[in-house]
Amino acid sequence: MKRKFKLITGALVVISLLAFVRCQSTSEGGALGGTAAQKVYVAPGEHDEFYALVSGGFSGQLAVYGLPSGRLFRVVPVFSVDAEKAYGFNEETKPMLNTSHGFIPWDDAHHPDISQTNGELDGRWVFINGNNTPRIARISLSTFETEEIIELPNSAGNHSSSFVTENTEYVVAGTRFSVPVPQQDISIDEYKGKFKGAMSFIKVDQETGHMDLSFQIMMPGFNYDLAHPGRGKSHGWMFFSTYNTEEANSLLEVNASQNDKDFIAAINWKKAEELIAAGEFTTMPSEYAHNVYDESTHSATSTIKKEVRVIDPSKHPGLVYFLPTPKSPHGCDVDPTGEYIIGSGKLAAALTAHSFTNMLDAIENKKFDGEAYGIPILNYDDVVAGVVQQAGLGPLHTEFDGKGNAYTTFFISSEVVKWKLGTWEVLDRQPTYYSVGHLMIPGGNSRKPFGKYVLAMNKITKDRYLPTGPELTQSAQLYDITGDKMELLLDFPTIGEPHYAAGIPADLIKPRQTKIYKLEENNHPFVARSEKDTKVVREGNEVHIYMTTIRSHFAPDNIEGIKVGDKVYFHVTNLEQDYDVPHGISMIGAQTSELLIMPGQTETFIWYPKKVGVWPFYCTDFCSALHQEMQGYVRVSPKGSNLPLKWTLDGE
Amino acid sequence: MRKSKLLMIIGALLLLGLFFLPLWNITLEAPQYPDAIGMDIYIDRFEDAHPNDIKNINIMNHYVGMEDIPETIPEFSIFPKVILGMAILGVLFGLTGKRKLYAAWFVIMIILGSIGMYDFYQWEYDYGHNLKETAAIKFTTPDGEPMAYQPPLIGSKMILNFKAISMPRLGAYLMFLGMGLSLVAFRQDKKENQHDEVPKSDAKRQPAVV
Repeated sequence: MKRKFKLITGALVVISLLAFVRCQSTSEGGALGGTAAQKVYVAPGEHDEFYALVSGGFSGQLAVYGLPSGRLFRVVPVFSVDAEKAYGFNEETKPMLNTSHGFIPWDDAHHPDISQTNGELDGRWVFINGNNTPRIARISLSTFETEEIIELPNSAGNHSSSFVTENTEYVVAGTRFSVPVPQQDISIDEYKGKFKGAMSFIKVDQETGHMDLSFQIMMPGFNYDLAHPGRGKSHGWMFFSTYNTEEANSLLEVNASQNDKDFIAAINWKKAEELIAAGEFTTMPSEYAHNVYDESTHSATSTIKKEVRVIDPSKHPGLVYFLPTPKSPHGCDVDPTGEYIIGSGKLAAALTAHSFTNMLDAIENKKFDGEAYGIPILNYDDVVAGVVQQAGLGPLHTEFDGKGNAYTTFFISSEVVKWKLGTWEVLDRQPTYYSVGHLMIPGGNSRKPFGKYVLAMNKITKDRYLPTGPELTQSAQLYDITGDKMELLLDFPTIGEPHYAAGIPADLIKPRQTKIYKLEENNHPFVARSEKDTKVVREGNEVHIYMTTIRSHFAPDNIEGIKVGDKVYFHVTNLEQDYDVPHGISMIGAQTSELLIMPGQTETFIWYPKKVGVWPFYCTDFCSALHQEMQGYVRVSPKGSNLPLKWTLDGE
Repeated sequence: MRKSKLLMIIGALLLLGLFFLPLWNITLEAPQYPDAIGMDIYIDRFEDAHPNDIKNINIMNHYVGMEDIPETIPEFSIFPKVILGMAILGVLFGLTGKRKLYAAWFVIMIILGSIGMYDFYQWEYDYGHNLKETAAIKFTTPDGEPMAYQPPLIGSKMILNFKAISMPRLGAYLMFLGMGLSLVAFRQDKKENQHDEVPKSDAKRQPAVV
């Protein structure tokens, strides 16, 4: 009897203990307090705490969301034309999409990365890669406009890009597909040995942000999947994950999945700088576009560059080492201290953490396990610091909260897993809906993460939203990570494919905002800085209209003397100098988009009048109380007409 | 130098602040202008409170037929001369040490100030009432009169969706302080002279002190 009582008491104690633990874990579910709805509610007129710059993937653009609300503020056109904003349609931005293959209206935008100073986010620029026709873009975080795009020669499937070093010395871009370098007409079967992988180091001017392809390191013909820079103690190194070290050129899903281990390539770029300074490079003829948008002329120019400096790592010991990493590693992430390099073997269930300290030691003591194309392979057991065992299925990417924890996405098992650096133990796991790719903690790949939220980006949503036919939205999911356990707060749809994102506290961006462009600083070659400067000029069959907009009229708004067969340029300057007062313009029959002109800006579209008559144009952005009155007419006379040019506003 | 003299001279010199500080300000507030727009009035010019404010006020006002705020007005050539003249006069009066002149200076300032305010009111009246026949938007008051858009002389007033606030600025406050100092100088001079006179009329004065 006594014994039975004891048992019962014991059981009660266990139950109450369990209840206690449960209660505790609930109360610790996020230090933010309140319900999920309260945590993501940003009251009307209030601002979000973070910007999330989310790539649009195959939309080619970059979307700007607020966190924690998940509200979309702007889509910045980067690699794809955008009729709404005239990007790639007006004469000023067409050069932005020029490449060595000509004008390309689309790309696949993947990895935004915000500029850093001393390893911390500084809010100057965000860089993003175009995968398909390899390019890197730089977007100003003052204007939220794409200011520069540089094409990358010798590269293909520009995927292990665009990651900035600790002081934005370089933005680094690696090739996913190796290709013949230089390109040549050879059999695809000659892949092994003949194909190369170019790792591009693009120097960034600290004042202007201007990019210059400084050098390329010509690596063996593997697939270079992702990259991250060393930071802190590992500053000066760049780490790239590889797959297809088998060097297969067909049915890669099988043939590139045979090796038990592929590599993380560690590149000592400080050493590369020394080699460049010492002239230890070859200059290779090449062809790639460099496109720069000038805020003063409101116009872009495209220049084709003709050569690139190349370094052969097999000839320079100490430049590159290979760290064996299991099963086709995808993500390659470096923790805030710079000590651990996390390789996510996407065909494995485990994560591999290499130690930078171990790596240096292995290099010093020549603990090599062979070589590949003259590049030393470090001994796996000597560099590995730990393995996160059985964490999930299909690990992809890892970010850090700055408190010693790491968060990894698992594509196959659709979950985010929280684990501890150093002990490699799994602390928590939460499902995602569904098939998560990247995840993002603001500053989560810098020396100073802001570990309040993690944003998981999902490829598939199936039944999560109202259905919209066969094509469904992709999504992002926000988790509170301030507690011991992650808490799902919000699930919101995104543009295109939310491939990866960069987050930053709003306070680092808001003070930098450009509100208007100053008219007196507008140096567009066809600017009209006041209505007095408006005119219409004929040069043969080309007609240039210098037009202005101000609430609520165009000047001039009646134009005569245009003829069928003319090429008519509308150069439209918005004379407004007030915040948030753009004007638009479109002309009936113009085979292009509208213009959307910010205060103080000049933009141009071309119209080919084909029919005799009187044709209207109007303001397309609801600008004011008399927006509907903001319109004008162009009279088009037959070819060969002698009607002189005449332009007026209110008869004057 | 006697304290009263010094006070008078300082008071007069405070007018010179108007050459680099605004006299008055008119601000317009509306929900869609989270940063209110306004203009500072100096003795010789109108100036944007924030860049482009006057241009933006003109753009708004043209819908109801108001004229643009002029680049300059005749007063801008008169005011600086008057202010400079009064400052010099005040200093000269101060040097004489005659308190009646201090009072006279104060009175002249009050008269000139009143004229100035009346002139400002006239300008505001004209600005708010002189509307173009071709105005795109014509509002009327409840009793059918054309609506006027005259800003308040001082204080605030709702004009359609805008709250118009009209208030003195630092230059004017320094001027008021200067005028106040002339009065203080007047009293101080009286005190100082009383002091001088004490030995003579000590007996007479005594009860008054008690």
